Amino acid sequence: MTEKPSLAEAPAPDSGAGAPASLHQYASTYGYSAAGTEGNLVREPVRGERRGGQGWIIVAGLVLPALLLVAWFLISALGLVPEYRLPAPQSVWLAAVEFAENGTLATHIAISTQRVLLGFAAGSILGLALGALVGLSKWGSAFLSPTIGAFRAVPSLAWVPLLVLYIGINEDSKVTLIAIGALFPVYTTVAGALRHVDPHLVELGRAYGLGRLQLLTQVQLPAVVPSIVSGLRLALAQAWLFLVAAELIASSMGLGFLLVDSQNNGRVDRLFLTIILLGILGKTTDALIGLLEKYLLKRWS
Amino acid sequence: MSTASTSPSATLSQPSSSAGALGVRLSGVGRTFDSKVVLRDVDLDIAAGEIVALIGASGCGKSTLLRQISGLDQPSTGRITIDGSPVAGIDLRCSVGFQEPRLLPWRSLEHNTELGLPRGTAKGEGRERVRELLRLVGLGHASGLRPRQVSGGMAQRASLARALARRPGVLVLDEPFGALDALTRLQMQDLLLDVHSAEPTTIILVTHDVDEALYLADRVVLLGADPQAPADGATIRSITVVPGARPRDRGDATLAHLRVELLDGLGVSAHHSS
Repeated sequence: MTEKPSLAEAPAPDSGAGAPASLHQYASTYGYSAAGTEGNLVREPVRGERRGGQGWIIVAGLVLPALLLVAWFLISALGLVPEYRLPAPQSVWLAAVEFAENGTLATHIAISTQRVLLGFAAGSILGLALGALVGLSKWGSAFLSPTIGAFRAVPSLAWVPLLVLYIGINEDSKVTLIAIGALFPVYTTVAGALRHVDPHLVELGRAYGLGRLQLLTQVQLPAVVPSIVSGLRLALAQAWLFLVAAELIASSMGLGFLLVDSQNNGRVDRLFLTIILLGILGKTTDALIGLLEKYLLKRWS
Repeated sequence: MSTASTSPSATLSQPSSSAGALGVRLSGVGRTFDSKVVLRDVDLDIAAGEIVALIGASGCGKSTLLRQISGLDQPSTGRITIDGSPVAGIDLRCSVGFQEPRLLPWRSLEHNTELGLPRGTAKGEGRERVRELLRLVGLGHASGLRPRQVSGGMAQRASLARALARRPGVLVLDEPFGALDALTRLQMQDLLLDVHSAEPTTIILVTHDVDEALYLADRVVLLGADPQAPADGATIRSITVVPGARPRDRGDATLAHLRVELLDGLGVSAHHSS
């Protein structure tokens, strides 16, 4: 291995093709392949190990909610806090069953989810486009980023009166508000990531004759895939936030409406139910994006 | 070695003749960055198929010169021609190898190597070519791995395969082995010589390692500024023709002598004296 064997010592071609030593043999003769390098491969952890670890983590994550539930149950069972302030877990459950049976729960959840997804989709697509423009082009950045920054600085709820005045109290104004909320996280992460794509890789692409468009599709976009996903994740959280804001202010359906309605009727049990539902829905959609993120990180980094 | 070096090329799909290698001419090349002269009056004729090593102190403009040959940078003065026609912009007759492998982390070694193929290569042909090159650099078994799964030496070999993919007339290498450990570096030097025999091309290589320069190159070009007038910028201080056919004996006495001379030219005394 340390010494180059002369050709006479090189192994005879195994294919029997009669040709002089093939390139492969040529290379391995000098110890570049198999023996010399295979030991250097960094092995990824075995699948089973990872699975086992994950199961443990899920259980650990469920411990605190279970404890909270028990504490909640005890507090209300012992009458430490009056029922009209803190409903018992079972009354919240009953409220859920009642809602589920007459079908209103499904309607509220469906309409809210639909608003979130529409607003999230519209906002992220626009955020992606603006982020790409600002992140890739010096001119685009100089021209657009101060203005976008100013819009971003406006507290998003400040748009509500204007949206209501312009669009009215309907689906469009709610979806628009959610889109505004989802736009900025995507815009910021994408623009930042594209601006900071490893200049070495960009130069490499140039040196190998990639044009602007090829550079974008083959180097820059793949390089920012992980950032895009984390931007999307933030945007989704924002979308839920803005959903409730939009529904609290003016709506006749949805989880935000349910909050106001329950408050007005003094139904603390329904209030609790809605808050718990928002937590579960938000966490579920976040977990779905998390799965996507995990897959993409494995694929693209 | 001569028999060994001709046989591999016979198995390449398009046996490249030495006509693949192209000559490079630099005349009066200079480069000024913000009124600071980095390079001046560089005149150098590099024959097709020659291996030339550029050495010099850090910041003397070696890498700048390489970047200019490949078209990544433009000279402020003078001109550079490859095969008689001037270099204007990124020149695809040239392939560049960097100190870092610069592999795209989301692509396998195989797909990284594909990036070096000329545009419009037919799919099957390109795949075959990539497979041959990976075998040539000893990565036939690792073509499906991602860059983060392989060692630095393997990554650098993949980047060499990528640089060779388009059968460049000129291969410019900017400290290609500088980041590797000493043993891997020696192996890579031998690999580069094998590659040079299998795929004839002109090689211009920047290195910090005088031994590497003497082991690989036909000529060693020492760049540096005049000690009397360092602000004038660096130019060619000496050109050393390295005697002996390759592969050379790393312990050759003549080379040891040249080594002392070159180190001296770099301002390093071969013997430490206080």
